[in-house]
Amino acid sequence: MAFTLVALFLLAFLVVPVLTVVTVAFQDRASGSFTLAHFGDFLSNDLFRTSFLNSLYVSLMSVVVASLIALPLAYFTTRFEFRGAILVQTLGVLPLIMPPFAGAVAMGLLFSRTGTVNLLLGDWLDINIPFMEGLNGVIFVQSVHYFPFILLNLVASLKNIDRAMEESAQNLGSHGFRLFRRIVLPLAMPGYVAGASLVFIKVFDDLATPLLLNVREMLAPQAYLRITSVGLEDPIGYVISVVLILFSVLSLWVSSLALRGKDYATVQRGGGGLARRRMSRGQAVLAYAVIILILMLVLAPHFGLFLLSIATIWSFAPLPDGYTLAHYTRVFAESSQYITNTLIYAGLAGLIDVILGTTIAYLVLRTKLAGARWLDYLAMSALAVPGLVLGIGYLRTFFGVTLPGGTSLAAFWGIIVLALAVRRLPYALRACTAAMQQISASLEEAAENLGARRLSVVRRIVLPLMAGGLAAGFITSFATAAVELSATLMLVQSSNDAPLAYGLYVFMQSPAGRGAGAALGIVAVVIVGLSTLLSHLVAERGGGRKSA
Amino acid sequence: MRSKLEQAGQPMIGRRSLCALVPLIAGAAQAQTAGASGKVSVVTSFSNDVTGPFKRAFEAAHPGVTLDIQNRNTTAGVRFVQETRANNAVDLFWASAPDAFEVLKTAGLLEVYRPNAQGIPERIGPYTINDPEGYVTGFAASGYGIMWNERYTRANRLPDPKEWSDLAKPVYHDHVIITAPSRSGTTHLTLETILQGEGWEKGWGTVKGFSGNLRQITERSFGVPDAVNSGQVGIGIVIDFFAFSAQGAGFPVKFVYPSVTTVVPANIAIVKNPPNLAGAKAFIDFLLSTQGQEILLEPTIRRLPVNPAVYAKAPAGYPNPFTGSIGMPSLRFDVVESGKRYAVVDALYDQTIGTNLDSLKRATKAIGDVETRLARRDNSAARALLAEARSLISAMPITEAEASSDAVTGAFSGRAGSPRQAELEQRWSAFAREKYQAAAAKAAEAAKAAG
Repeated sequence: MAFTLVALFLLAFLVVPVLTVVTVAFQDRASGSFTLAHFGDFLSNDLFRTSFLNSLYVSLMSVVVASLIALPLAYFTTRFEFRGAILVQTLGVLPLIMPPFAGAVAMGLLFSRTGTVNLLLGDWLDINIPFMEGLNGVIFVQSVHYFPFILLNLVASLKNIDRAMEESAQNLGSHGFRLFRRIVLPLAMPGYVAGASLVFIKVFDDLATPLLLNVREMLAPQAYLRITSVGLEDPIGYVISVVLILFSVLSLWVSSLALRGKDYATVQRGGGGLARRRMSRGQAVLAYAVIILILMLVLAPHFGLFLLSIATIWSFAPLPDGYTLAHYTRVFAESSQYITNTLIYAGLAGLIDVILGTTIAYLVLRTKLAGARWLDYLAMSALAVPGLVLGIGYLRTFFGVTLPGGTSLAAFWGIIVLALAVRRLPYALRACTAAMQQISASLEEAAENLGARRLSVVRRIVLPLMAGGLAAGFITSFATAAVELSATLMLVQSSNDAPLAYGLYVFMQSPAGRGAGAALGIVAVVIVGLSTLLSHLVAERGGGRKSA
Repeated sequence: MRSKLEQAGQPMIGRRSLCALVPLIAGAAQAQTAGASGKVSVVTSFSNDVTGPFKRAFEAAHPGVTLDIQNRNTTAGVRFVQETRANNAVDLFWASAPDAFEVLKTAGLLEVYRPNAQGIPERIGPYTINDPEGYVTGFAASGYGIMWNERYTRANRLPDPKEWSDLAKPVYHDHVIITAPSRSGTTHLTLETILQGEGWEKGWGTVKGFSGNLRQITERSFGVPDAVNSGQVGIGIVIDFFAFSAQGAGFPVKFVYPSVTTVVPANIAIVKNPPNLAGAKAFIDFLLSTQGQEILLEPTIRRLPVNPAVYAKAPAGYPNPFTGSIGMPSLRFDVVESGKRYAVVDALYDQTIGTNLDSLKRATKAIGDVETRLARRDNSAARALLAEARSLISAMPITEAEASSDAVTGAFSGRAGSPRQAELEQRWSAFAREKYQAAAAKAAEAAKAAG
């Protein structure tokens, strides 16, 4: 029953719309008959081979760098008595919210060859560091942008580890780094793998960052550039899209191998997570220094964005020429409806994603349904579908459907919510799966033995135990949906129904709108930041009650 | 797609234009009975800074009418109109890119309307302002040129550029940025103007000359002024209003029209079966009225009006294409030829320059370094080697005749019997890479010869 519903949802809002668009990849252009010749062209083309290898390299390196950023943040804030742990975890989500265009300009002003950092370095030391050039630039920006996937999932996972495991190990004489390496990290693997695979697939499929850095020799930008050429129906763009989808599913399967054959579930939930240790004075200073350094690095773009939002003119200079609040006045006068719309759309999308994510995770991990794993792969393939393709597919599939009011279904704002939900489902799904992997099925069996029905077991036992993972899933889906643009730009049909990302786009198309765009970006960051803090608090309280 | 520029030449009477006559007649009848009222939906790629003043003035002039602006980038806009044709809810399509209108027109998605505005000439430079068949109306003009950030050029001690060929000089290496012609209809027209103004071979030489000095090729036309405004790149090849509106917003940028340039109209068109035909017509009439044309002069918009009389109200120094100060009135622009090879020229640029930018830059840098040394101490053997290296860079995989031949153009429209687009692209890209490597080797020889 649940299986059918989820399958139908994915079929209607992912598979069918995408298929209506990508069939071009398999068609002979002259006759329209089936052909695989375009895939042959793809394989025999040097550019695409290089692009594929570049994408692979960038994705792997981004996972490594993102892990280096996320691990200390997660470790210190969960393992030790750490003042401001929630604040750190909230700030750690902000990099996910890189408002389109505005974020790019801010990054450029700070890190480009003539950005603040390099202008200052040039003055003082006469050196220039190419942060934002070539493949290494892509790795830098992607890691800073997407490490929160690892952070969020790892934190959720670490919190779920049974304290007894650690205590037993200590009783047996293990401590320090060995304890972490042999006991804590392995038990937290589901969260880490969930986060790392998301980073890998997302970076592999991402086109915004390479395009921002004008790196074209990667697969996703190649697909995008070909699909968006006005008036040309070049099948190769769609071929690349299909390749991206297949490869994403493949890498997901590989990452599931990493967890196969091991049991991560722990039965006991006595202590509510790992024991928190007090740090010695020296350790504390060191830990805070590391964390502040990392936060300064990953939040620099937002600082740049803030400066841009209060700047008069900022051009070829370390800092703006002057400061003003006029951009905020303009934003609040012209675009307050964007803010409410965004909260509604991204909130609903996040909710749908958590519900679908939990259902799919439950079907995969708790039932023996043959097709369940395919649902998982199917939902994840949404990561590889370019927003534009999904947008076109929605128009093609739903424009002819009229609502009772006489308007088209595609013109209804709810369709934007569905598009956002489908595009961000993979994030929630991975978080929910990781959370459920850590719950022992024997808890549910026990409840069932005591006479509880399936549904009430889920409601009373499974969901409360998953609270942290659910929050992580909701936050990633919500935060990233709040700044989604490509599908939105296709589907928005009236500026009254438009979300914030659309308003940003409109501002950022003119020189005079740059400051206002940045101001709107800051508004987005603040809103999402506050919502994140709120869901952390809710999840924390849920956790507290469960351990009481 | 291949006939993008036919609008500017002799009218092409075809099946589609005959079909279009029927709605034209029906539309005329409708316009007489209904005054403008209600909502007028516009899909546009223009920013709020451009649409805002027009919306306010239009709504003030027509009480009871609201202009509903839907901002979309050009690709998304064209796609939207295409995908929603069955139940169209859009009245007007309003954008710069001439190619976007050509795609819509070819697909039979536009409505004919000939506004009765007075005092607008037929041509601007080599182009007709309006589509001869009446589908598309030009409301403003824009020219291509060179924009630079004064702080950047001062800090890097770069002289002010004047001509396209200036940008090929070694001093500008790695300081220039452009949008790919396949991403921007106006960059394409600039490229085509250079190719026709200087000839196929010499023209590509010029294009590859300045392309060897590019820092980046962006995919978004606004990416170029963005980078120049913030000083990330010093010099951008842009359409004029990007520079003028940046100046209007206070950025330290300057702009020049090179002598080989082109002035192209920015357009508006009524979408087929518009829900509010009377309103759509009223807005086009408003754009072309004296009041509408004067709005173009506002500091944040700064486009060139198509009504020559309006320039009397323009601030001093405002460029005027009708006085011959910009554009090439003498250029004989072959629109048929250009239309035929449209996609081919884009793909040639993407394959020989876009995907091979690194090796092109390496070769150009090597040549530039030797040249700088030769300026101090000349050496004829080295000069000869440099000339060879340059001709290797300029070499194109296909001739002008091949570029518009059926065999090549067919690959881009998917005609049976033609090679596939991807096959040709692979060939062209490999050709260019080999030549650039050879050019770099020659430059290295020249460096040795120069001592």
